[in-house]
Amino acid sequence: MASSTTNEQVKQHTISMTVENHFGTLNRIAGLFAAKGYNIDSLTVGPTEDDAVSRMTIVTRGDDQIIEQIMKQLHKLIDTIKVVDLTDDTFVDRELALVKVQSTPATRMEIMQISEIFRTKVVDVSPKTLTIEATGSQLKVDAIINMLKSFGIKELARTGRVAIKREFQGEA
Amino acid sequence: MTPTKAHDNHQGKLMTGAEIFVRCLVEEGVDTLFGYPGGVVIGIYDVLHDLTHIKHILTRHEQGATHAAEGYSKATGRPGVVLVTSGPGATNAVTGIADAYMDSIPLVVFTGQVITKLIGNDAFQEVDIVGITRPITKHNYLVKDVNDLANTIKAAFYIATTGRPGPVLVDLPKDVLAAKTVFEYPKTISLRSYNPVVDGNMRQIKKAAELINESKRPLLYVGGGVISSNASAEVRALADKLRAPITTTLHGLGAYPEQSKLSLGMLGMHGTWYSNMAVDQCDVLIAIGARFDDRVTGKVEAFAKNAKKIHIDIDPSAISKNVPADVPIVGDVKRVLKQLNELVKPLDTKEWLNTIDEWKAEHPLRYKQDGSLRAQHVIDKLGEITNGDAIVVSDVGQSQMWTAQFFKWKHPRTQITSGGLGTMGFSLPAAMGAAFGRTDLPVVCISGDGGFQMNIQELATVAQNNLPLKIFIINNGYLGMVRQWQEFFWKKRYSHTQITSPDFVRVAEAYGIPAQRVSLPAEVEGTIRKALAHKDGPMLVEFVVVPEENVFPMIPAGQTVNEIIDSPEPLEQSHATNKTMIHAKG
Repeated sequence: MASSTTNEQVKQHTISMTVENHFGTLNRIAGLFAAKGYNIDSLTVGPTEDDAVSRMTIVTRGDDQIIEQIMKQLHKLIDTIKVVDLTDDTFVDRELALVKVQSTPATRMEIMQISEIFRTKVVDVSPKTLTIEATGSQLKVDAIINMLKSFGIKELARTGRVAIKREFQGEA
Repeated sequence: MTPTKAHDNHQGKLMTGAEIFVRCLVEEGVDTLFGYPGGVVIGIYDVLHDLTHIKHILTRHEQGATHAAEGYSKATGRPGVVLVTSGPGATNAVTGIADAYMDSIPLVVFTGQVITKLIGNDAFQEVDIVGITRPITKHNYLVKDVNDLANTIKAAFYIATTGRPGPVLVDLPKDVLAAKTVFEYPKTISLRSYNPVVDGNMRQIKKAAELINESKRPLLYVGGGVISSNASAEVRALADKLRAPITTTLHGLGAYPEQSKLSLGMLGMHGTWYSNMAVDQCDVLIAIGARFDDRVTGKVEAFAKNAKKIHIDIDPSAISKNVPADVPIVGDVKRVLKQLNELVKPLDTKEWLNTIDEWKAEHPLRYKQDGSLRAQHVIDKLGEITNGDAIVVSDVGQSQMWTAQFFKWKHPRTQITSGGLGTMGFSLPAAMGAAFGRTDLPVVCISGDGGFQMNIQELATVAQNNLPLKIFIINNGYLGMVRQWQEFFWKKRYSHTQITSPDFVRVAEAYGIPAQRVSLPAEVEGTIRKALAHKDGPMLVEFVVVPEENVFPMIPAGQTVNEIIDSPEPLEQSHATNKTMIHAKG
């Protein structure tokens, strides 16, 4: 109900927002999350079709009441143009990961097979490592990383989720 | 005080940033500027030297300047404007900015900054004030190009004064102030990313009216938003039409005349017994411009547990933040009430009001009368003598709570205090600011001995400007509110709450301010009358009160009305004050 400890389920939410591309805007949003103690699972930001506007995709988690407050607080910021919670809509979600896997001549083939299965690319090779570029939904990227764990992941860089609403919603 | 505009048409002229800055203030109708000069803002001060349209008040600390701007704003309804220099000037303003943020006061604070090339270089008197104040401003700006200056200032005033008001900071590097460009002040402003909703959703308003019209025990819970929105006439119309009792928060005091029969005084931690009980027993709670702050709600799950809640506020994020609203209405309070008042019908609240009357008779605000001087008596007398026709600016602590409880609030914009942040040292500079803004009513500053010492230096500003300010110090030799908590919850271990002060009367006289000391109840009335009659300049009165006295009632933090601690004074021997009884005897 009203308290911060509630029985409602904590869920992951994907929030897409457009903001004025001003100095300090990103800082203000990050500061808002920190100050209120909200979670940021991932945050991406980049330019849009309009030079003066940036799009941010934030993945956060919380129960319904917390998510409602997050949405309202983000909307309240002066530089926020629009905030949308994509979670309950159908949306395209993509993420890019660069995974540097430990490989030996013996394991190299197997790693490349896995990469092929996931339709990812090998972008770097060295005597001891293979670097794979993986793009896809968060689920797919999680899955390939899991598969590669057993070989030993030397370094991992993930961008975090970028999302955009689908124009044709669900079934016709 | 009506602002004067310089219509000598500076548009289209080539000017320095400093000149543009000043011209923008004139365009915005600013008549008073509170500030303190420094290296990076000398350029602006040079322009101010010859200017007659804007009065600049030199305070003795930048914190004093910001609190003065707050007091000015609360008293007049206009934005408070501050000008300070970089580095320590800016950081000294932080407390006042945070205070304005917590209490939603429209403030535009201009800070000087080092030249753009040196920003981030640990230059002399440089701080990242934009970074520091990001969480405590409604918005802030760093102007890097003189061509953006006029637009930024226009935006700053627009943002500070619309929607839920708040402080906006504009950082001005020295080279931007020296650079030249053609002055063009935008006639209108529109920000695509900021469009506060002012008109309430009609469907929601109808829903609220339906709920109210079925209510048997309605209660109005009125907060500072009503004052900001200048909606006290609409609130009064609603309460009177419904015949509904009304309680206010600390910042709502003055929205509804307390001498009126429906008034229950303040609610919350130190609110009246009967207002807190009314909240608990009402069936419809109409929250107007209030934010369900923890000082009001106590244990949030138990607050107004028997009532459906209607919440009218301009800030959507305040609605259902702490307490879920059954009927939320986002909009400007004045506009929403105008529409709501058309749809509600007079209610039969006779039984409800009778019950409340009984509570008022059994649990009035009261204090001991044993011949020693008590703060409550001083406030009581002040209220009686002025009949509510005064602006009272209080500090923070016990004296603040007694002022809220015992003064007879009558008009909006007469109750000024630091609520959300609770900043000690607020009252003297804020009262100063109020006195600059209002000359129609006497301005009285009420402060404890602790708080008074925090910004005591502003006595010089008061004296320099010969403000007819009445300064009342309630001196009990303690940081009273903390001492009270130590008495109740920490086994009377008065750790560092006993505090010494200078002889305030001699300090005032050293500043050139006439002063008097009062230590007997019999002296109170005469001295207050004398202070109020003294209109040629400031006057200070020190009231030496009993050292240990407690504020009652009290609902300890996080608890419910069931745990309310009423005054231990028996009714017969104490001085009981009920601002009003709803029905006369019989």
